[in-house]
Amino acid sequence: MSSAVSTKSAQSTSAPVVTGLGVAAPTGLGVDAYWQATLAGRGAIGPLTRFDATRYPSRLAGEIAGFDAEAHIPSRLLPQTDRSTQFALVAADEAIADAELDPDRLPEYGMGVITSASGGGVEFGQRELGLLWSKGKDYVSAYQSFAWFYAVNTGQISIKHRMRGPSGVIVTEQAGGIDALGNARRQIRKGTQLVVSGGVDGALCPWGWMGQLATGRLSRADDPAGAFLPFAEGANGYVPGEGGAILVVEDAEAAAARGATRDYGRILGYAATFDARPGAKGAEDDQLAGGAGLLRAARGALADAGLEPGDVGFVFADAAGLPDLDRAEALVLARIFGPGGVPVTAPKTGTGRLIGGGAALDVATALLALRDGVIPPTVNVAAPAPGLELDLVTEARPTAARNALILARGNGGFNSALVVGA
Amino acid sequence: MSQSTIDREVLTQLLRESAGVEEGVDLDGEILDTPFVEIGYDSLALLQVTGRIRREYGIDLPDDAVSDAETFRSLLDLIQKAPLIAS
Repeated sequence: MSSAVSTKSAQSTSAPVVTGLGVAAPTGLGVDAYWQATLAGRGAIGPLTRFDATRYPSRLAGEIAGFDAEAHIPSRLLPQTDRSTQFALVAADEAIADAELDPDRLPEYGMGVITSASGGGVEFGQRELGLLWSKGKDYVSAYQSFAWFYAVNTGQISIKHRMRGPSGVIVTEQAGGIDALGNARRQIRKGTQLVVSGGVDGALCPWGWMGQLATGRLSRADDPAGAFLPFAEGANGYVPGEGGAILVVEDAEAAAARGATRDYGRILGYAATFDARPGAKGAEDDQLAGGAGLLRAARGALADAGLEPGDVGFVFADAAGLPDLDRAEALVLARIFGPGGVPVTAPKTGTGRLIGGGAALDVATALLALRDGVIPPTVNVAAPAPGLELDLVTEARPTAARNALILARGNGGFNSALVVGA
Repeated sequence: MSQSTIDREVLTQLLRESAGVEEGVDLDGEILDTPFVEIGYDSLALLQVTGRIRREYGIDLPDDAVSDAETFRSLLDLIQKAPLIAS
């Protein structure tokens, strides 16, 4: 064992292991609360309360209710952090504690932080830019210098836990949570012992809301049970939410050497693709309703993992909630697994789409599903729309699966896929 | 001369509200001559509090002078000797 550890600094080829999880989600703050709600199919989509959205065309969101920042965040960090950064710090604290990690006992340059983000501390930034505009520069917080920035969650986690190894931020809209984990794996293969990764996001303020509205993909429904219905006949857009997950990803040998006790599973395969610009799509895109890029990502992740489709026990879908995008994803899954050939779920129907945090939460949830042998349900969707050949999981379902595939798409052409194994 | 009403108690409160307090640090304790870095305050924290002092008390403190003030006592001294902004 000791010889393996002493030579690992060069390169590592074995799959990295996830040794700690932390979750901040509308359906539960903390892994246990979130997982129980998810298994029970409890959703948290409701009317926006963070600001008055009554005059906006979309008025529902997945909010984390009742968050007491002062109870969770050190006093020095309160004035300098956006709400989404506070969620990221809480999730990172949970993941690091769950991994039984004492950063003071490990080399600070051997631990990195790589998270996904979309706009950074958008609510913080809106407040300070509002002060700049209405009152002048003397009224802007000194902390605006970094609190708005999309790398801020990575930076605050890095500072708080003294992790100074390879670090960064991935901005690929809603594919980001998977891309961050793919990059964490890359750094671990290059010799970094451990990366705190995943993503936590949220911008439920007018500025952030405008950015989401501009995609044209938001549901305008007012009924929380009828707003985000991926794969359903009534699919009418998605509902944004806040939150995400942080994962401690470690080199397997290094984790064993430090006596890590948790083992949620391994990152076996990863691939990311970018869609061709509209009009430049080929024949395969015509057959797959624009899903050729997603197909390449999913197949790439399977090939990277060295697995066949039959080795995958269930799929966490991107679940856009728009008929054309849902159809493309269903066609891609049917192409790989055969019609209805694999159980497919989308627990994000309970939280809304968490932008930079969503895919990370999906990966964490898939690992919990492998651990407990149960696929959590898609909520609010009774059955797939006619014509979609999909085995959609709408009640918690036992599984003996050893491996899972997680898909994510980000607005702008991002497709990412991750394969995890128990 | 400044008509400042900022004394130790007020500055402590302003620091607490603007930048928080490092865990394990007692701002009411023997910290007057302890370097700011040792009680958890960096230059941004000091800019945050001096910005508020400028807005609420009309006392303008040059950024250079603030960064030269390495302790609570020297910052308080700087504040109490600073001229008021004409308003």
